[in-house]
Amino acid sequence: MRKALLVLAFALPLFSQERVTLIRNATVLTITNGVIENGSVLLRGSKIAAVGRDISAPANARVIDATGKFVMPGIIDSHSHTAVEGSVNEVSLPNTGMVRIQDALTNDDISAYRQLAGGTTAALILHGSANAIGGQSQIVKWKWGRPVHEWIVTDAPRTIKFALGENPKSANFRPPEGVQRQYPATRMGVEEVIRKSFIDARDYMAAWDEYDAKKKRNEAAIQPRRDLLMDTMADILRGKIDIHAHAYRSDEMIMLLNLADELGFKVRELQHVLEGYKVGREIAQHGAGAGTFIDWWGYKAEAYDATPYNVALLLRDGVLTSVNSDSDELARHLNHDAAKAMKYGGISEEEALKLCTINPARQLRLDKRIGSIEVGKDADVVIWTGHPLSTYSRVETTFIEGEVVFDRTHDLQQREALRREKEQRLKKEADDAAAAKKDTPKEKKDA
Amino acid sequence: MRKSLVLALLLSSSVFAQSTIPNSTARPASIAIRNATIVPVTSAPIPNGTIVLTAGKIAAIGANAVIPAGATVIDGTGLFVYPGMIDSGSNVGLVEMSSVAGTVDTAELGDFNPNAMAAVAVNPHSELVPVTRVNGVTHVVSTPEGGIISGQSALIHLTGWTPPEMIVKSPAAMHIQFPRLRSAPLGDQPSDEEAEKELRKTYTKDVDKLRDVLRDAQAYARAANARTQDRNVQRFDRDLILEALVPVVEGRTAVVMHANLARDIRAALAFADEFKLKVILAGAQDVARVVDEVKRRNIPVLLGPILSLPQREDDPYDLLFTNAKTLHDAGIPFAIQTTDAHNTRSLPYHAASAAAFGLPKEEALKAVTIYPASIWGVADRLGSLEVGKNATVIVTDGDPLEIRTNVRRVFINGDEIPMDSRHTLLYEKFSKRP
Repeated sequence: MRKALLVLAFALPLFSQERVTLIRNATVLTITNGVIENGSVLLRGSKIAAVGRDISAPANARVIDATGKFVMPGIIDSHSHTAVEGSVNEVSLPNTGMVRIQDALTNDDISAYRQLAGGTTAALILHGSANAIGGQSQIVKWKWGRPVHEWIVTDAPRTIKFALGENPKSANFRPPEGVQRQYPATRMGVEEVIRKSFIDARDYMAAWDEYDAKKKRNEAAIQPRRDLLMDTMADILRGKIDIHAHAYRSDEMIMLLNLADELGFKVRELQHVLEGYKVGREIAQHGAGAGTFIDWWGYKAEAYDATPYNVALLLRDGVLTSVNSDSDELARHLNHDAAKAMKYGGISEEEALKLCTINPARQLRLDKRIGSIEVGKDADVVIWTGHPLSTYSRVETTFIEGEVVFDRTHDLQQREALRREKEQRLKKEADDAAAAKKDTPKEKKDA
Repeated sequence: MRKSLVLALLLSSSVFAQSTIPNSTARPASIAIRNATIVPVTSAPIPNGTIVLTAGKIAAIGANAVIPAGATVIDGTGLFVYPGMIDSGSNVGLVEMSSVAGTVDTAELGDFNPNAMAAVAVNPHSELVPVTRVNGVTHVVSTPEGGIISGQSALIHLTGWTPPEMIVKSPAAMHIQFPRLRSAPLGDQPSDEEAEKELRKTYTKDVDKLRDVLRDAQAYARAANARTQDRNVQRFDRDLILEALVPVVEGRTAVVMHANLARDIRAALAFADEFKLKVILAGAQDVARVVDEVKRRNIPVLLGPILSLPQREDDPYDLLFTNAKTLHDAGIPFAIQTTDAHNTRSLPYHAASAAAFGLPKEEALKAVTIYPASIWGVADRLGSLEVGKNATVIVTDGDPLEIRTNVRRVFINGDEIPMDSRHTLLYEKFSKRP
């Protein structure tokens, strides 16, 4: 109840605003077409309608003078666990590919709003890393105040989480006494789980193919039993589901890439990929992307060889690379991670900005819709007080599909109203409780 | 069999925790950095200035500072000179790999460990040491945590061959994690009245235990003083726990009270009043709600981590970013800390995030230089560029609070620090993969 209240209070007034917006006199970081000084961006409906120097305001447009400010596309976080109700891990089996994170999404996680306040508008919400093959993930936009089904990017590709190394082998987790440890306990076992799952899936597909063929020939055939996990594995083999694989050490990355080549599947993106710099060429050869946080290291043994120069070396080797968060906290300043890529390894400002915009959009196969400021793309744009790669900058306004989903001025104005409303609600709750106590009928004595 | 296992463990731990990076090169008689923008922090920046480092101290500074004959001269054209930065709360030195217990020395068992000293457990050869200092963070207050009285922190500089060589001040402070009724405003919600009662009982018991141990320390101090003055007073066995608390109850050693929620801050400060402790407040996420109480006592605050999340879902999204400005506006002394270890190097970006939300930039810089130096009682040696202070300086190509700025050189007490770290060496190694 209280959560629902907050959602309403933050969002309703914004969504009723007009849907044509002209942002002008800004430094526009288009990402894909350079920087436009004194530039304008016209948002019409849910799309970007015009980008350039001289764009006049349509009659019905809301005009925002962004003199001295910067406009860039919304940041895309290709590794999030925000807005998941309860655990992100269906830990019960080594392969839980049949479960879907979209069935556990909620729209009342305040972290989503806070991320909008940090310029992040879209995310891949992943299953956890407790299983070698985890559940299916979900690409969303943080449409704060909207029902959760509207957060789901419906035409986004299907994705699934794989995980290698310490987590799926439960290296840092001991079950309570009396509970047996779950297989696998080694990197060997992790490989076996994945290998066997795909081999089983091939058998499953063959059984269905045989059945379909027989049916086509009007021969007698017994329908194979449907298996939701095998359906998932088969769809991976058919290229219908993208794999995002959690990996730290280079050896386990090579294991997965080789297994993929051998068994005929593709790895779309290696997640975390802290030792990716050791095998950048192998990752590039397979065509996998890499999503990483730039300077986390040493929190476990497999993170000890992490280096913030990872991104520079991955880019040098031609790997499509992004910075992502895996954290509600980091997700609200991924611009910092992009800036750090410049510091560590000297990549250009242009490349740095791509790390949190068009590169993750490509990894998620959504680069036709998001990740840059181009005519026809989704109007997911952010106005910053200064250059977004500066630590002194902050977000003024965030749009998703042309609608304001965060506005600092509005946020500040709402605070007092929220405080008052909360006070009233708490008082009412207390009053109701007191009244209920008073009204409670005395125990019947005639029973 | 067992022997080989022990050997393997020893070997693996040494592999994990020993940096191969040298501490410093031989020190010339004098080093002069000239044509640089010198930012002393406590006075106006000096464009085209010169700073002279001699015998570990700052010997001269200014637009026309005289460079001694034979000095090693560094051209600072286009560069900036700042004092080294100080993280007022860090685990650097006490942890190598957070999930590997054998490499973690941050929290002793039990609730009362005032005699646990960071100074004896700091690993001078930790890989975290070079990683931290090459980004310009030259000093950290290496802090024990856990339990109720966690132990004594040590202000260390990030170079040295032995722990004593790293110590600037030990103890820096005694650390108390003030008991909390709940770990978060909405966390640990008791399931029923019985559970609520149980929670309160534990809380009250913890505060009582803390009170008892400090009273015991007061009594111990009186007894010890009495016996010092009069050998006829009955002899008693030493108690290391109480002995460690004597300087605390006598107000000679500061107590850092770690508390975040308003009620916990109030309780911690009232408790400190009761014992007349010399108190520093740390964490202090809710400090905006208790500004008057903090101001009235004139105590300093260690804010941070700034890059963190507010605890309540209806807290303003920028609560932690704006706390520094709130304290600055109220005239309350503060410094900024990371409470991190592996990324203590990001200290300047915590400070910058406060500046993004209203704290003047110069104040953000002070919050990681001269302010912590003052709070830790070492402003005569550290925290700004002034003649006579330690020659702990960093040379950068811009504002060190900006991520894109590179730290080019680091001097600690006049010793030039190699700019290598585990991270640069891995980069070099794999840049050369044939």
